Amino acid sequence: MTVVNLVTALNTGLRRSLERDRRVVILGEDVGRLGGVFRVTDALQKDFGENRVMDMPLAESGIVGTAFGLALRGYRPVCEIQFDGFVYPAFDQIVSQVAKIHYRTEGRVRAPITIRIPSGGGIGAVEHHSESPEAYFAHTAGLRVVYPSNPADGYHMIRQSIECDDPVVFLEPKRRYWDAAEVDLDAEPSLPLHSARVVRQGSDATVVAYGSMVATALEAADIADDEGHHLEVIDLRSLSPIDFDTVDNSVRRTGRLVVVHEAPMFLGLGAEIAAHAAQHCFYDLKAPVLRVTGFDIPYPPAKLEQFHLPDADRILDTLDRVLTP
Amino acid sequence: MIDNLDYPVQLLQPDGARVCRTEYDRLIADLGPTEYISLYRDMVISRRIDTAAVALQRQGEIGLWAPLLGQEAAQVGSARALKPDDFAFVSYREHAVAYCRGVPPEVLTHMWRGCSHSAWDPNQFNVTNPAIVVGSQGLHATGYALGAHLDGAEIATIAYFGDGATSQGDIAEALGFAASFRAGVVFFCQNNQWAISEPVSLQSRTPISHRADGYGIPSFRVDGNDVLAVLAVTRAALAHAREGSGPTFIEAITCRMGPHTTSDDPSRYRSDTDMAEWRRRDPITRMRAFLERRGILDETADAEISTAAEDVAARLRHATLETPDPPPSTLFEHVYTGPHPLIEHEREQHREYLASFDDQEAMS
Repeated sequence: MTVVNLVTALNTGLRRSLERDRRVVILGEDVGRLGGVFRVTDALQKDFGENRVMDMPLAESGIVGTAFGLALRGYRPVCEIQFDGFVYPAFDQIVSQVAKIHYRTEGRVRAPITIRIPSGGGIGAVEHHSESPEAYFAHTAGLRVVYPSNPADGYHMIRQSIECDDPVVFLEPKRRYWDAAEVDLDAEPSLPLHSARVVRQGSDATVVAYGSMVATALEAADIADDEGHHLEVIDLRSLSPIDFDTVDNSVRRTGRLVVVHEAPMFLGLGAEIAAHAAQHCFYDLKAPVLRVTGFDIPYPPAKLEQFHLPDADRILDTLDRVLTP
Repeated sequence: MIDNLDYPVQLLQPDGARVCRTEYDRLIADLGPTEYISLYRDMVISRRIDTAAVALQRQGEIGLWAPLLGQEAAQVGSARALKPDDFAFVSYREHAVAYCRGVPPEVLTHMWRGCSHSAWDPNQFNVTNPAIVVGSQGLHATGYALGAHLDGAEIATIAYFGDGATSQGDIAEALGFAASFRAGVVFFCQNNQWAISEPVSLQSRTPISHRADGYGIPSFRVDGNDVLAVLAVTRAALAHAREGSGPTFIEAITCRMGPHTTSDDPSRYRSDTDMAEWRRRDPITRMRAFLERRGILDETADAEISTAAEDVAARLRHATLETPDPPPSTLFEHVYTGPHPLIEHEREQHREYLASFDDQEAMS
């Protein structure tokens, strides 16, 4: 076991992927000599060369569109989009080209592209650096969308994403980049890429979260425990597909469900999960499914983000309403 | 109206007279009567495919078609310059490029009939299925060329797009990326004068090929209705790409003489007078005049070409009418390369729903 933070875990995962398969190439802005603005690709260009780790011109559509061409040539590109709010210029290439080529060609052409996007807020950044675009991509057939919450999943899931023959939108919780944990860098992944994980067992209510909100949900669960309420916390890990079996099994036992995400509520992932629970767990539910989310506003200035992002208190406040008999 | 016609490369005048341009003549010095006839043949057949498809649309057999009428020389001349390993990235009007790459004409209407989003395996013919989002394919060609460069493969890619696409960011980004990486891409712009109803002057205030200068990309302006000139400059550009010298931009000045698609009404935005000059410059009559001047096209060859064109049209027509609707189960196929629980669930639900009709029939 080695103690690493999420940045180092991702860097190590990328390194292993580059070593394992010569068709893996990394491309993005500043990924080479700088090692990425968050240093996720630190030293990879030095060790693998400019043909494997390519600094690209400043153009997101160009990065993803070029990656698509590389994939048609048999490569497995890993694109870095520098920040969540910068992915929109590449939206057409991702949803109209990358996502659809396998369907369009009736299975003849694959686009095994991994698109890494540092996501979400909580780091005091300026506008366009704190967004949560996951619903746009999870809404698009042909894409797989994953969102690790911790170093161990970061290490394994980046490798699994690169090995996946479908395109994967790989979201990274940037406010957890520097959280460290023990990771066995030689172990095989304990879960398939698209499985959710019960990270804390409990019997009174299920809290579903992903990405940066998993830590917040666990913090709330610790406090609730002191108050005599035992929460089950599920880290969704994969947003498309969603591992509903794990969610349903938990909800059937606890009878109560709260979904937490920092993206806005309206038409967010929470709406899908609540609808699913209403359809599949209706007779097991003892209370309405509630959501704790960011507000339906543009991402606010940094001095206000503490009010926008769900914290343990907001989760607990919502749980009070769910747990009330 | 003819924009931007200040002396592009031309080897055949509209009346079929051969123009001597030594630096370009040498690029097609290997051509003899057989090759000339073959180029003419491909253009005639391409036009016949086009008219057959338009007729099928008018008869309701296909939903839509984007006619290439007038652009036969630009497409045949450039596509015939490609080697088998080169890769062409096309838009929705490049039927002649697909034909020249060996795509069976019988499948060209599949997409337009709504039977599939593609009609052929891109890797079998080294030509993509048509890009519908204008300009997106320029980046794909650049990425593919970059990959070929990493492989050490001495091939070129060619990206086909129109004058309208040059207003798209993706084409600008592709030019920048290709120049930076010296990717072996030939950017082949068919300036066909119109982006649906918008004249080329709305896309660019300067000749389109001049845009390449800003990226440090060498460019050609060529008479796009002159199949020999197009073949010559495309050969030069492809050779430049294959030898690792980077991208080239070709502006082929031509005219889309028909509508943008069969849904379009060009009489709303251009007049017969506008088109008279272009009809005089028709690429097929020009090549025919050249062949006749040289005494190459005898009656036998002419009849053979006509018969071949009619045969292709008949095969296309028959194949289109015979193409069955795909079964509903194909809705759910190939969304992902592996299992996806949501898709599997919806597939099964839909199968059961359809089966319920069979049960009802059995009961009644």
